Amino acid sequence: MPAPEPLDAPLAVEVRRANVIYPAADAPVHALQDIDLTVQPGEFISLIGPSGCGKTTLLRAIADLEPISSGTMLVNGVSPHAARLARSYGYVFQAPALFPWRTVLGNVLLPLHIQGRNKTESQRIAMDQLARVGLQGFEKKYPWQLSGGMQQRVSIARALAFEPRILMMDEPFGALDEITRDRLNEQLQQLWQRERRTVVFVTHSIAEAVYLSTRIVVMSPRPGRIVKVIDSTLPDERHLGLRDTPEFMALAHAVRESLADGHH
Amino acid sequence: MATIKRSSAFDSGLPIATVLLGVLLLWYAGAVWLNAPGAIERVLIPRGTAWGWTELVQTTLSMQRPVLPSPQQVAADFWSSLVDWPIDSPRNLLFHVAVTAHSSLLGFAMGTVLGLLLSAGIVHSRTLDRALMPWIVASQTIPVLAIAPIVLVILGSLGFSGVWPKAVIAMYLCFFPVTVAMVQGLRSPQQIDTELLYTYAASRWQAFWLLRLPAALPFLFPALRVGIAASLVGAMVAELPTGAQAGLGAKLLLGSYYGNTVAIWSALLMSALLGLALTAAVLGVERLVLRRFGGRA
Repeated sequence: MPAPEPLDAPLAVEVRRANVIYPAADAPVHALQDIDLTVQPGEFISLIGPSGCGKTTLLRAIADLEPISSGTMLVNGVSPHAARLARSYGYVFQAPALFPWRTVLGNVLLPLHIQGRNKTESQRIAMDQLARVGLQGFEKKYPWQLSGGMQQRVSIARALAFEPRILMMDEPFGALDEITRDRLNEQLQQLWQRERRTVVFVTHSIAEAVYLSTRIVVMSPRPGRIVKVIDSTLPDERHLGLRDTPEFMALAHAVRESLADGHH
Repeated sequence: MATIKRSSAFDSGLPIATVLLGVLLLWYAGAVWLNAPGAIERVLIPRGTAWGWTELVQTTLSMQRPVLPSPQQVAADFWSSLVDWPIDSPRNLLFHVAVTAHSSLLGFAMGTVLGLLLSAGIVHSRTLDRALMPWIVASQTIPVLAIAPIVLVILGSLGFSGVWPKAVIAMYLCFFPVTVAMVQGLRSPQQIDTELLYTYAASRWQAFWLLRLPAALPFLFPALRVGIAASLVGAMVAELPTGAQAGLGAKLLLGSYYGNTVAIWSALLMSALLGLALTAAVLGVERLVLRRFGGRA
């Protein structure tokens, strides 16, 4: 387990009045408008909202995959670009993005290989990460031999293998069926419990956001903006049964209300 | 993956045999038809005796210099060149195979390396893409027969002789499919794959080696099969203006000098077999490599 962050550690993410504007022939598209957001180290933050609300754009901007038009953005106290070069991000995309010519183990080894880590050490880390997502015994398989849910678990193991400061997840379970999604949500929750790694999680599922997050950022489209930030009142230790409690339902209701407000 | 049941050897063997038999019959019919005027004029009439259909057919299929030699004439000449002459004799077709295979394999290797280097340059530099691509395409619009003598003269004046000029012409035909396919293959990775490496802060070289190159392999091998066939054509064409004494192209030229149609046809047969063997070798390497990269092949 990584050492807990010292008290004076910089914020994991600090966004001040950030705008992303795409130029267009008729009227420029305001993908993100005046975004203010801070994420403490060890938080699990969900960005939720309908399509076009800019939640993925915000995630990509934080991860240096997209430039911002104005405003400031700091990750671990430095620019997203510097944070990326310091290998702070473990990014999980909506699709597993596994390389089909590499085995499961080979895919998890990829970031470690790129960082030039010691071979036997990397091997041990990768095997360990695969075991954590419940995939021991599958390391010699190729991605096409795995189900969609297993492939996404490989991509999570790959993102965690080099112990990134921040785990960035862009609708990682969006393409999976509900049963698989529930199980992976539970595993992700346990993973966060164990490691308390900072997570920024994009989703359009209210249940997923409420179940996983310590804070929920509700966003709204045209222009893409933050409508409300809701602190979770749920206990840190969570299990799927929690979703039937009145507390969970109240929180889900609050999120739904905010989403509806954003539409006006 | 569901395996589609392949038809048995008998199922596919019978139709193939029927087609081959049809081709053979057509060849015989063609030989009789094309050789008949010559057979009547030069053999049957000078003989002065009465002749019928049987004599005509027999004569057309066993002439000294037929317009179209019969299959058994070609087969006999082909076989005799292999067994009646030592391997280092110019009468043995395998001697010519060795010469032509040498220059075409050398040209293939050079063309593949050139194609890989060009494509790597093109996908990494917009300038190279704009500056080189039109010339690469233009190079293939010039008939190789027209450019071969020029290449030979230039290389000859620079002191290159023997196998090198022939290999260069083979390379000239071979690099093109490799370049075009690799440009496409190296650009084939999806945005999500390149972004993944971007979040890892991977270097360009790592992105090339770990993503672009393996993603391009399925594009490379079909191009190599085209390329090796093209380099064989290049090597044979290169033997014509050099007045080379050895090689399948030279053998073809000699056959046409002396009107020895049977020798031309057996040289043609041998070059076809060489082409098949070379492409089969590439296919074998392809299977091995793709099995190593993904296990699906």
